[in-house]
Amino acid sequence: MNVLVYLVPLAVMLGLVGLLAFLWSLQTGQYNDLDGAAMRVLDDSDIEDAAPPARARSATRHKRRLI
Amino acid sequence: MTAPCCPPGEVIVPAGDVDLDHYLTPVGEGLAHIDLAVDGMHCAACIRTVESGLAALPGVVRARVNFTLHRVGVDVEAAVDPATLLGKLAELGYPARPYEAKTVEAATERELKQLLRALAVAGFAAMNIMLLSVSVWAGNASDITSETRDFFHWFSALIALPAAAYAGQPFFRSAFAALRARRLNMDVPISLGVSLALGVSLYETAIHAHDTYFDSAIMLLFFLLAGRVLDLVARRKTRALAGNLAALRADTAERIGDDGRTHTVPAAALAIGDRILVRPGDRVAVDGRVIAGASHVDQSLVTGETVPSAVAAGDTVYAGALNQGGTLTLEVAAAEGGSLIDEVERLLDKASQARSQRLRLADRAAALYAPMVHLTAAVAAIGWLVAGAGIHQAILVATAVLIITCPCALALAIPAVQVAAAGALFRKGIFLNAGDAIERLAEADTIVFDKTGTLTRPEPGIVNEAAIPPRLLAAAARLALSSHHPLAGALVARARGEAPFDNVVEQPGEGLRAIVDGVEARLGSPAFCGIAAAADDGPGTHLAFRHGEETALMEIRQVLRPDAAAAVAGLRRRGFDCRIISGDREAAVATAAAAVGISDFAAAQTPADKIARLEALAAEGRRVAMVGDGLNDAPALAAAHVSLSPISAVDLAQSHADAIFLGDRLMPVVEAVDVCRRGRRLMTQNLWFAAVYNTLAVPLAVFGIVTPLIAALAMSASSLTVTLNALRALAPMAAARPHNRIDAHEPVPA
Repeated sequence: MNVLVYLVPLAVMLGLVGLLAFLWSLQTGQYNDLDGAAMRVLDDSDIEDAAPPARARSATRHKRRLI
Repeated sequence: MTAPCCPPGEVIVPAGDVDLDHYLTPVGEGLAHIDLAVDGMHCAACIRTVESGLAALPGVVRARVNFTLHRVGVDVEAAVDPATLLGKLAELGYPARPYEAKTVEAATERELKQLLRALAVAGFAAMNIMLLSVSVWAGNASDITSETRDFFHWFSALIALPAAAYAGQPFFRSAFAALRARRLNMDVPISLGVSLALGVSLYETAIHAHDTYFDSAIMLLFFLLAGRVLDLVARRKTRALAGNLAALRADTAERIGDDGRTHTVPAAALAIGDRILVRPGDRVAVDGRVIAGASHVDQSLVTGETVPSAVAAGDTVYAGALNQGGTLTLEVAAAEGGSLIDEVERLLDKASQARSQRLRLADRAAALYAPMVHLTAAVAAIGWLVAGAGIHQAILVATAVLIITCPCALALAIPAVQVAAAGALFRKGIFLNAGDAIERLAEADTIVFDKTGTLTRPEPGIVNEAAIPPRLLAAAARLALSSHHPLAGALVARARGEAPFDNVVEQPGEGLRAIVDGVEARLGSPAFCGIAAAADDGPGTHLAFRHGEETALMEIRQVLRPDAAAAVAGLRRRGFDCRIISGDREAAVATAAAAVGISDFAAAQTPADKIARLEALAAEGRRVAMVGDGLNDAPALAAAHVSLSPISAVDLAQSHADAIFLGDRLMPVVEAVDVCRRGRRLMTQNLWFAAVYNTLAVPLAVFGIVTPLIAALAMSASSLTVTLNALRALAPMAAARPHNRIDAHEPVPA
């Protein structure tokens, strides 16, 4: 059972990393606009430049349907 | 890409060039920041349109929308005029106003962040300690070695003690403050329970015992903090959106500079001693003394009096008054010397003091609960001592009692309902200023209305419409389009979509004239149109129209809200005793009272009279809900058991009302009563549930049967149950028409 002596602290350390990540996200205002975040994810105007990959994707889908 | 749900709205041209530099806050390096409250954002594309529209303007460094709060924060180069930002937004179809964060809001924001940090720490600690505790519970039942158990307990202590020291601060501070004031509040047994549990657990760990209470103590803090966070989150959102609405209707004033020229500035930028110009048809933005000019002003928002009063040099004019006559020059004055303002302030002080002594449901429960908890724990400990147990055993039992009775369920029972009910009200266009308004409105049995602006619409309308030929009315309305005089506003609504006449001449203080079909048409005061008016009602209550030889005399009065009578009837059905207490004249009040079907009314009441009447009603044992909007209602709103204001109310009235409702209708009052009564029912259910839970669990604790495992299970189960029950406050709303568009333009002018 000696393995617990470093495994348990290690587990808590990982939890602590999670806590620090949350505190950081709180401090940098990630939770200031929750409704906005839900909306922004639907905004796809940022991928308009990447049109060729979108076409490629639909092409493969088309091919798959043929098979 | 185009906006799928939001076609470009009607383009609203911002009124004049307002000097908005007051709202810019420098952020260093030649940059400045400004917050704008934006109306009409509904979808992802709106966010995109607003942000890219603003970012495309020269000098704009960054624009970021906060969709939750309907605001956009913009960083600009210091030389940029904020008016260009507003112009751009108006062009895009999103009317906006600069927003100045209020100190209350900033404080709430700070408190919320602090609570969230504490909640995160407590949650982290609770999860990790529970991990260790479950291992110990399982090990105790099988074959854990005492070394491993001790290691787990010491490690739990290492996590629990710093976490409790940080996350428990809100409770420790409040308990300490209460004790210093020689009172008991809910935080005293919480603090005592947590510290005792931690202390006992540390001792148990040192003597290599089988069980500790580290997990219970931390979990307790976690649930209690969750209750506080919920409470604050609900208040924050409604407060922020109510603030936006205030900003969207913020007043501007024309300040006369040293060089004699006028600049339009926001009212917030005015200082005492500034001179401002108030043109006919303008609303006075600040309190001031007339130094030049004479006019008559409609003070209905201030005093409830619907007949305009004459003012001349030396008279005091209050914010909210509407100038209906000639141009006035005012000197901005503090509210000194104004007998009405002085009286209102004095009455407000008194009423607010009385209100702070009122006990909330949660506090009443706490006052009953806290001593009982302490007593039970003490009796249990003494009982075990008398029965021959050791001190160690007795303290363990007392700790178990404190933990099991700790008011997790109680602390969540009320905030959880408040959040759910506030959300339901919010969707109906009702904002709560105070969380405990729900329980107070549910208790009310008598409702007192102000007349002007509350039962009636905030804007006047035409009373004798039937007597006027429709053709004349239509022509008058079209002519009225060219005027921004408040009386013309009553007509303008009828001419939507029509083009104004050409070559209209406005004669300030008299009226408009234009050539229509080759004949001169005039709209304005009866004298201007050459009509003899019934002079008994004073100036500003009649609007005359002459087209060639045809004439019409329109009587402009306050008109009732369209559903006023229905709302009053609805309140009656719910068992309310409805009354009117107004500052207006007897005849006007009697007419309105008859129209809505209220027989019990009082007219010509001063603010002090209103309070006296409310106190008389309270002395009869009634709980009075007050609905009012004027400056003269503010003390009564603060003195009543609970109070509501329409969004058109003056700021002072709004800040003392418990709830504010949007729109042109009075029905929100009835809807608010329904939601609050349901909320109150759920609160009572939750409190009863907590009581039953305690009567079941306490005997277990007293007889020493409660193990840490049972404590942990009982605590989580009761907290979850009350939270789920509270969510039922939202449930019936699902069937109702969704009403989540918060539209500042909803109060349609009559």
